[in-house]
Amino acid sequence: MTKRVGMEVSVAIAEAVKLADADVVAVYPITPQTHIVEHLAELVVSGELDAEYITVESEHSAMSACLGSAAAGARTYTATASQGLELMQETLYVASGMRLPIVMTVANRAVSAPLSIWGDHSDVMTVRDTGWIQIFNENGQEVVDNTICAFRIAENRNVLLPVMVHMDGFHLSHVIEPILLSDEEQVRAFLPVNNYPLPLHPSKPVAMGDFAPPFIYTEAKWAHEQALRNSKKVILEVWDAFAKEFGRQYKPVETYCAEGAKTLLFTMGSFSETAMTSIDKMRADGLDIGLVKLRLWRPFPFEELRDVVKGVDTLIVLDRALSTGGPGGPVCSEIRSAFYNLNPRPQIVSFVGGLGGRDITIEGFESIVRSGMEIAKSGSDKEFQIFGVRE
Amino acid sequence: MQNLNIYAPRLLEKAESFSPGHRACIGCGEVLAVRLVTKAMGKSVVIVNATGCMEIIASQVPYTTWNVPWIHTLFDNTAAVASGIERGLKVLMRKGRIPQEEINVAAIGGDGATFDIGFQALSGAMERGHKFLYVCFDNEAYMNTGVQRSSATPFGATTTTSPAGKRGMGQFSWKKDMPAIAVAHNIPYVATACPSYPFDMIQKVKKAQSFDGPSYIQIFSVCPTGWRTTGDISIRLGRLAVETGVFPLYEVENGKYKMSMDFPKLKPLTDYTKPQGRFRHLSPETMDQIQEKVVQKYNEIKAKANCEVKA
Repeated sequence: MTKRVGMEVSVAIAEAVKLADADVVAVYPITPQTHIVEHLAELVVSGELDAEYITVESEHSAMSACLGSAAAGARTYTATASQGLELMQETLYVASGMRLPIVMTVANRAVSAPLSIWGDHSDVMTVRDTGWIQIFNENGQEVVDNTICAFRIAENRNVLLPVMVHMDGFHLSHVIEPILLSDEEQVRAFLPVNNYPLPLHPSKPVAMGDFAPPFIYTEAKWAHEQALRNSKKVILEVWDAFAKEFGRQYKPVETYCAEGAKTLLFTMGSFSETAMTSIDKMRADGLDIGLVKLRLWRPFPFEELRDVVKGVDTLIVLDRALSTGGPGGPVCSEIRSAFYNLNPRPQIVSFVGGLGGRDITIEGFESIVRSGMEIAKSGSDKEFQIFGVRE
Repeated sequence: MQNLNIYAPRLLEKAESFSPGHRACIGCGEVLAVRLVTKAMGKSVVIVNATGCMEIIASQVPYTTWNVPWIHTLFDNTAAVASGIERGLKVLMRKGRIPQEEINVAAIGGDGATFDIGFQALSGAMERGHKFLYVCFDNEAYMNTGVQRSSATPFGATTTTSPAGKRGMGQFSWKKDMPAIAVAHNIPYVATACPSYPFDMIQKVKKAQSFDGPSYIQIFSVCPTGWRTTGDISIRLGRLAVETGVFPLYEVENGKYKMSMDFPKLKPLTDYTKPQGRFRHLSPETMDQIQEKVVQKYNEIKAKANCEVKA
């Protein structure tokens, strides 16, 4: 039976990993994901989760141990953030390139220097092109649900790709929310046992991770690209199946009050929740504004996004990361590129804000929207605006 | 030992886990070691290979030299990957997803992957106590990338990043004592071996696999390309390394040292260094300095094994 429990989101994620019956968990502590692995340690030691718990000596080794256990055919989980994700970088390419279905929670956080343990999307943007499926979430329930969905997506025979489940560090990882935790039997029925097609086993020797000279490297990369693009079909199927079973529907792109609105604000992650409240206020004040929220970061949902902006005059994109010395917000630059050939296409205004854990309030969102509308009308000589900075 | 040498060849596994058709250099001591080591490991094994010569010469798509399950991921994480495989197989057996049987996990890598870049991952895996065998094929430099110095390169040897010239005379530091570092992790078994003594090496691999915990074997692997020697003297060079005391053969079982072979008198160091281009530039004074250090290190190990010091 589904239970509604008030708990810290990190603890709830560990419960979701238990419900998913993970076989191997490789862990290294890094704020703010640490509570996930602490709770997993308790679940393993109490016997509630029958898993091997490997306390590795670095994030690099955490993902490396995951490569090994996934290649052996075990259901594999880890979590990280920020510098840990940076340290994993080279292993991330291996996980996806070798088609190993690993699930990882990333508690999104700023990257040093200066040292900041607080949340933003700087870490995610550095692993954008690692070939993983990447799902964003705006509240604890979504993280829990998508952790369960992630295993089913990753291990699907037509996918076999690792999945990052993103949540904003502290803004989500450390808040206490009412969480619906499903019954173990129901989750097990939704999530069949991992059946990796060619595991490492003496009964059928396989060679994994051969080197590819120029005559085959491009084909290998193209196959990976196709697999990642095609994974969207399975992702949609899994989300539909999840909705049918558990009653909560997820989509690659979600909207709030966007129907017919001429101006849209674009967000990703937990800021969407505050933004919705702000949208309500602005609409009550007579502003023609809606919200678009990106859930599926990779594979990038081109079609769904183009559908959403049909008839929209202005799109104001808020990034929580800075492409230093570049075109501004990294998400906005992808949006610009995705919409460039649209005719007509909306005016796109790029904002960067909320860096290193700085909050954006309801009033803050209103200020972004109002100045974004102004810039769309009168133009700006800057590639992007940085919100709330003291010069 | 005498009797073993007569009968041991017949006990050797006939099937090749590492089959012919690879692209190793002529006279490669490492590839010979890999072939014999994998025979000793048997068929119920999963091998994790660090990036390096053995991966490059044996695994170009769509070919493979390996007849046993084999995985390569990166240069610096071999022991961590092995940790994941060992625990993955363990939990799958416990949960009844795969049959209950003994499967050995072996990680192999060169001295660069072991002494330098994979050092932390190896230390972590040994400390955690995984049941796996780590074999370091020590050819004393980064040979796959073109003979650069590592912390396993012997003092005075020239490499492409420790050349000899007006302001230097090759490698500036003494070889890192990796077996001692492995011993310091309190693991059940540490050994050194050399393919010039194949039966000793095979025995050590089998023994290492019998322990319920981590084991470490460092195998002296002559590299004609990197050491600038001819390919027909690799076996002899391996023997000379042992007979001069440059690479003593010993094992450390649960902390207890034992010499695998001992010599009443060590051969002079120059017997070993003379055929090698990498030592050609060294002055007699430097050679004396190295000779002294070799004897000192050899005696230290002998002392640990409680042998009488004769040399």
